[in-house]
Amino acid sequence: MVNHTPCGQHRSTHSPLAQSRGLAARHSTQPNTPVLPSWTEEIHAVIGPGVGRPQKLAIGYDWNMIASDAASPPESQPRPSGADSPRFAKKKFLHDATEHVRDTGHREFVRKALGGYYTNRDLQKARFRDWEHARDAASLAKWSAVNRLDELLPRFVDNFEANGGQVHWARDAEEARTIVLGLVRAAQAKAVIKSKCMTSEEIHLNAALEDEGYGVVESDLGEFIQQLRGEPPYHFVFPCMHVRRDEISDLFGKYLGTPPTDSPEELTMIARRHMRRLYVDADIGITGANFLVAETGQISITENEGNARLTAALPRMHIAISGIEKVVEHLDDLAVLLPMLATAGAGQPLTCYNTLYAGPRRPGEADGPEEMHLVLLDNSRTAILADPEQRDSLHCIRCGACLNVCPIFKNVGGFTYGTTYQGPIGSVITPHLRGLSDWNHLSGASSLCGACTDACPVRIDIAHHLLHNRRNAARTAPNALEKIGHRLFAMVASRPWLFGLGGAVFRSMLPLLKVLRPPLLRDWLASRDLQAAPRQSFRRQWEHHQPDEQTRPLEGRA
Amino acid sequence: MSTTTGMSAREVIMARIKEALRVPAPLPHGLAEDSRAQFGPRPGAAALTTSGGARATISTTPASSGLPTLTVLPEEVARPWLPDGGETPAEQLQLLVENLGKLRAIVHQVLDLTAASDCLFTLARERDWHRVAWHPHPLVEPLLAGVPCATYRVDAADFDKDALESCDAGITSCEALVAQTGSMLVSSATSGGRALSILPHVHVVVATVDQIVATLADALHAAKARHEGHLPSMLSFITGPSRTGDIERILVLGAHGPKELILILVG
Repeated sequence: MVNHTPCGQHRSTHSPLAQSRGLAARHSTQPNTPVLPSWTEEIHAVIGPGVGRPQKLAIGYDWNMIASDAASPPESQPRPSGADSPRFAKKKFLHDATEHVRDTGHREFVRKALGGYYTNRDLQKARFRDWEHARDAASLAKWSAVNRLDELLPRFVDNFEANGGQVHWARDAEEARTIVLGLVRAAQAKAVIKSKCMTSEEIHLNAALEDEGYGVVESDLGEFIQQLRGEPPYHFVFPCMHVRRDEISDLFGKYLGTPPTDSPEELTMIARRHMRRLYVDADIGITGANFLVAETGQISITENEGNARLTAALPRMHIAISGIEKVVEHLDDLAVLLPMLATAGAGQPLTCYNTLYAGPRRPGEADGPEEMHLVLLDNSRTAILADPEQRDSLHCIRCGACLNVCPIFKNVGGFTYGTTYQGPIGSVITPHLRGLSDWNHLSGASSLCGACTDACPVRIDIAHHLLHNRRNAARTAPNALEKIGHRLFAMVASRPWLFGLGGAVFRSMLPLLKVLRPPLLRDWLASRDLQAAPRQSFRRQWEHHQPDEQTRPLEGRA
Repeated sequence: MSTTTGMSAREVIMARIKEALRVPAPLPHGLAEDSRAQFGPRPGAAALTTSGGARATISTTPASSGLPTLTVLPEEVARPWLPDGGETPAEQLQLLVENLGKLRAIVHQVLDLTAASDCLFTLARERDWHRVAWHPHPLVEPLLAGVPCATYRVDAADFDKDALESCDAGITSCEALVAQTGSMLVSSATSGGRALSILPHVHVVVATVDQIVATLADALHAAKARHEGHLPSMLSFITGPSRTGDIERILVLGAHGPKELILILVG
């Protein structure tokens, strides 16, 4: 049961730290206002207004204002794996996976956290009168849009611009970063607030903004926690599902100066109180986009917390970043896709806020940004589009259902992938986005159980695409040793006498292999025990178990 | 890619898309056989076999591939497969109230605007509100007359986000109420802009029973019809009070948006 704080209680929760530092004066005449300092005032007090290029993290949001003894938060880093050293991606994956699998406490924690998800997802699926057919409809809505992207994307852009929005096209991550930085600079922004946006993770936007001296605050609770931890999201829908509440309490104590608590409600309220002024004071709000509606030129944003709503309501400029594949044709399509996204992704009938934005504030509307910009990102999405076999992986609505059911994800954890998009769908698309030769190992990390394909609300054939990636990798960069091995096996297996002989040799050599551990088998043996070989071959045993005269040995029949 | 020099990013991306789509893709994996019939055959096929009229149509303008493409209207076909929205107004009302209860929203059903006014008065008294924000609307304005606290009128002329931030509650109207999901559709045009329904700690929606529609699609159609050609800059389905599960996947209400969502349903 949730015993949430009764409304109005915020009035009495003045930040003791703010008061102790004499920051209460600003709102002393308005007892209703929570006493948190304004960014800009404080920054001007520290560095003076109009100072040239600001110090790192000075502009925007000075973390030290909140608690005098609080530590500075870590700077956002581009993902450590892959981006800098793709050659080591596979090595790192194997290393991290091994480490993670041994951490049974962590695995148990993640498993438990997902327990509630399974229950709620099944409950919500049952509310559909026909979930499987609804999946057909959802997949066709995306299929129809992705396969007519050449027609629908320009139609969306025309309508979006007619609504007063401005569109920027970005071929790759660098171009997208340059566009956003240009907008932030031109707006002479002092503070940027962001709501959850995986596309911005993909282009490492936070690190780029911080390099230029702009403070960026992630407003989604999970992303905020990850920002304070200096980590990328663990799961692209549940960013901090691996973090225990006591760790969060310590984190808030360290950076926000709040007293320890083990109540998730209390922790959420700390973030809520902390973030409120930031929405009001930010100049720029950055969001992602879940769908781009071609028919009306609207962008659709799905969330639960209300942080994206606030991010797109209060700052004077709204910048949305979206992949080009997010287009759907009709507004009606959302009537199918939104409930399916919520059900598959979070086990909800619909997430709390599903919002459609059509440009900036209109004349006569009370509030809203003066400008709305949309960055349309390719970043190798057209490479996936060019592969008809795997084109359907662009149907992905980023619900995260395939992660939640994946035995690999549950055992190796989100960080092991070293990718922006974790789990099965990440393993499918990352080789396209960042190179097959460096990222093909992810497609090998699969039990081929097909749970991902079954879970996908838009019917992406994820399990088979993992195999397609393996096949493509074998074609483009064949492994000579594997090739010889397969040829050898084919030769042996097609000659029964040789197969029998080979089996006998192998059985006698098995104990020796265990001791010698030849380099070829070392990795395989590292996590497995070799069972003692049976004295007789399977075929011999089969013979003995057949009472019937007719069942003669295979050689005899051949 | 020597041809790309001098082209804008838009031209380059559109050229890549056109090139990529030259080869058609198969229909989605695992599509049920009877769905194929409902939605029509593969692109490029000569005829369509739709059950129940023009549910799927071949696009009249061929794609860059030169192949005619299939345009599907999934919502129309999917309607009987999605969660139930109720047939009759009575069913829809029941479903709406039931769904809002599950979402932990609070519903007050009242007979008329006078009763609604009393309801708001009681809410303000019980919860000790100091200041409430509202916007001019025939359903909202009459309720504010007797409210026992200060008020802030959200206005396009002089919007003050600090003033709004200091309010305990925001009172708004809505575009439609959705029985299927327990959602309330608000818009920047008819719900006092963008922030009024999200920034104050409590959101009170005043609506009449005839605003109840069955499904999300019905709500979108209603909004589209009302704002013909001039869609408001924001349309938002609100489905219960703000929530998060980011800490150990444990549900907490009131993450950044309203902690409480109250519907005063008139009629």
